[in-house]
Amino acid sequence: MTELLVATKKGLFVLEGDPGEPFDLTSRAFAGEPVEYALRDPRSGRLIASVTSAFHGPKIWCADDPSGEWEQAGGVALPEGGDAALQRIWVIVAGEADGALYAGGDPGVLFESHDGGATWELNRALWDHPSRTDWQPGGGGLCLHSIVPWPGEPDRLAVAISAAGVWLTDDGAKTWRRGNVGLRGRYLPEEDQADSNTLCVHSLQRAPLRPERIFMQFHGGVYRSDDAGETWTDIGSGLPSDFGFPIAVDPTDPDSAFVIPLNADMDRVTSEGRVRVYETRDAGASWSARGEGLPAQDAYLTVLRQAFCRTGEGSPVELYFGATSGDVFGSGDAGGSWFEVAGCLPPVHSVTAIR
Amino acid sequence: MATVRVREPLRKLAGGQSDHTVDGTTAVEVLGGFERMHPALSGWILDERGHLRRHINVFVNGERGAEGTAVEPADRIDILPAISGG
Repeated sequence: MTELLVATKKGLFVLEGDPGEPFDLTSRAFAGEPVEYALRDPRSGRLIASVTSAFHGPKIWCADDPSGEWEQAGGVALPEGGDAALQRIWVIVAGEADGALYAGGDPGVLFESHDGGATWELNRALWDHPSRTDWQPGGGGLCLHSIVPWPGEPDRLAVAISAAGVWLTDDGAKTWRRGNVGLRGRYLPEEDQADSNTLCVHSLQRAPLRPERIFMQFHGGVYRSDDAGETWTDIGSGLPSDFGFPIAVDPTDPDSAFVIPLNADMDRVTSEGRVRVYETRDAGASWSARGEGLPAQDAYLTVLRQAFCRTGEGSPVELYFGATSGDVFGSGDAGGSWFEVAGCLPPVHSVTAIR
Repeated sequence: MATVRVREPLRKLAGGQSDHTVDGTTAVEVLGGFERMHPALSGWILDERGHLRRHINVFVNGERGAEGTAVEPADRIDILPAISGG
């Protein structure tokens, strides 16, 4: 049985089922509230969700049972009395150390928890970075949206900020350095395309079996790094469009990555009215469409950066994605074929899965 | 002291009571004091900068107020969510 946590503009939906059939809706939490992201920590089984109340601001909540009582986590705020306020928590990721979790948000902030998500602390090294005043926000805000731990090395982490690029740490987030060599912002004048303060990364995923390899969906470009995020090579050739938001990997194959191309930054819908996931199994040298079972006509969907995921570490990998149309699709065979998991949900912000 | 009146979900976070007496000479002072009286409310009305959250409305004695609205001891402040779309 696979459990999907589908975070939407109007609440968190919990779906359960097996690949090939529509899933059952088993629970809804935070009715009416924008839920940005939710995950079940595989170590504790605890649910952790970020919710941005239009009235009361962004919070993180924890629960054992999605239908039960949710407890507000402490410490999810910027320093009082400053000139910035927390806008949104975009992503929550389990770390490598016991009880460690990370949360990324707007304005370009990283929070750390060492107690399974009950309390959080702002990472001051990134918050106080002297270049921060030059960071430029993307269209969705100055969002820290991607956090990729390094398997077995809890002090190493890569994060990405739109549009302040990639940041790397090797010392437990005490110091940070940029990892942007090779990235090009084609949306800028030629002489400014490598400016580190305007590099609009859309998402990062690390290859678990080869952790020095990271795949990236960029704002125009798909990239691969083979040196832990220090330098990047464009691998978008062969895609119908290299614009998109999410990226996923097959954890059993370090040469694999999956993207969902959208037409362009000025037309953020699936191209040619067809929904297709593109797969590489040779580290980006070639790409193949994987669309069997997906809408193939008059389908103009938008899939946001957190709305594409895989289950666990096993094989064959299951893939799931949701669209702002409220449709959710899944594959039980690594994208070979697809089925409708659910339709008619509110606009999907994120999808996470656990089996 | 002014009276702060709240509805759910703020009422639950404020010990289940609707009316609370709080010191302060402006609306934002009173609301800051109210959050400090009830730590579970921290950040629910004011943001980290000490500003009233964008979609929270305050009414002083039934009239729409703002952060700097003067408050007298006999005044009542209602905290209400704004009418929002989407």
